[in-house]
Amino acid sequence: MRIQLNGEPYELADGQTIADLLARLDLAGRRVAVELNLDIVPRSLHAATALREGDRVEVVHAIGGG
Amino acid sequence: MSPARNDKPFTLAGRTYASRLLVGTGKYKDLEETRQAIEASGAEIVTVAVRRTNIGQNPGEPNLLDVINPARYTILPNTAGCYTAEEAVRTCRLARELLDGHKLVKLEVLADQKTLFPNVIETLKAAEVLVKDGFDVMVYTSDDPIIARQLAEMGCIAVMPLAGLIGTGLGICNPYNLRIILEEATVPVLVDAGVGTASDATIAMELGCEAVLMNSAIAHAQDPVLMARAMKHAIEAGRLAWLAGRMPKKLYASASSPLEGLIR
Repeated sequence: MRIQLNGEPYELADGQTIADLLARLDLAGRRVAVELNLDIVPRSLHAATALREGDRVEVVHAIGGG
Repeated sequence: MSPARNDKPFTLAGRTYASRLLVGTGKYKDLEETRQAIEASGAEIVTVAVRRTNIGQNPGEPNLLDVINPARYTILPNTAGCYTAEEAVRTCRLARELLDGHKLVKLEVLADQKTLFPNVIETLKAAEVLVKDGFDVMVYTSDDPIIARQLAEMGCIAVMPLAGLIGTGLGICNPYNLRIILEEATVPVLVDAGVGTASDATIAMELGCEAVLMNSAIAHAQDPVLMARAMKHAIEAGRLAWLAGRMPKKLYASASSPLEGLIR
C-alpha cells in the first residue's frame, strides 16, 4: 500500500502498524511523535494502530529552535 | 537599607526557577556547542522546535533531546514557523505527545517572513484553543499592551512581548510599551526576541521583566559559550538593579565628594 509519510509518498506492505513503520525507519524507541490523518497517535497505541492505503502520517522530533 | 522591591521567586505553572534566563537551541554550529552554551548560561528552561524527521537520513545521529535532557531541563517546545492558529495548535499537540504529556508550550504565530512579526489575531485564536485544551501557554506577542492584557485574561501563564524583531539583535526598541505592559501585568512578562548583547538583557530586567528568552544573541555571538556566561551575569545584574531601585536621573551635577574641608 501507499501512504503519505511526512508529505512524501511511501510504499509499505499491507497490514503494517505504526510500530512496524517506525522500526523500518530505524526510529523505534527514538523520541518521536506520530500523527495519523491529523490525529495524534499516542506512543502506547503505535503497535495497535494499523495503517491503511492513503493514510497521511507525520513523524516529528525536536530540533534546535528559539 | 531594605531593597526598593521585594524579591519574589520566578514561578511558571507551579514550578519555581532559580535562573531568569531562558535560552533557545537554534543556530548553533553543532549539538556540542549547543550543550556547552546552555550549560554556561545557567538556563533551566530551554526552547526547542518541532519538525518532521528526515526519513531515511542519518537515523543514528544524536537527537537534540539526547543532549538537552528533559530530566534536567524544562523543555519549552515552540510553534516557530507556524503562520496560522491551526498549525500552531497542531504543533503543540505533537509536542505534548513528543514530551510525554508535557503541557508547557511557547506559542508563536508569525505574520510575515521578512519581519517574523507575530500575527496577533491568529495568536489570540490559538491561545484560546490551547488554554481550553489544558496547555500552559507562554505566548510570544507584539509589544502592544492591549493584546498583552487580553492574552493574560485568556489564561496564558506568561506573556512574552518582543523587544525587537526575532534575530535582529536590535535590543529594547520600545522600552515605553514594555513599561506599560509591565505596569499592568497580572502574569509573568518576559522579553522574547530582540536582545543582541548583555546590556540589552540587563535593560529588560531593569524594566522589571520576570525573565528574558533569547537565542540568536548567544548562538550568533563570535564565542557563544562566553556570551552565554555574559548573559547569565547580565540577567542577574539587571534583576538586582531592579530590586535595588535606581537613583533618579537629574539634569545637573551633584558632587559625590564632600564640599567641606576643601584645601583653599
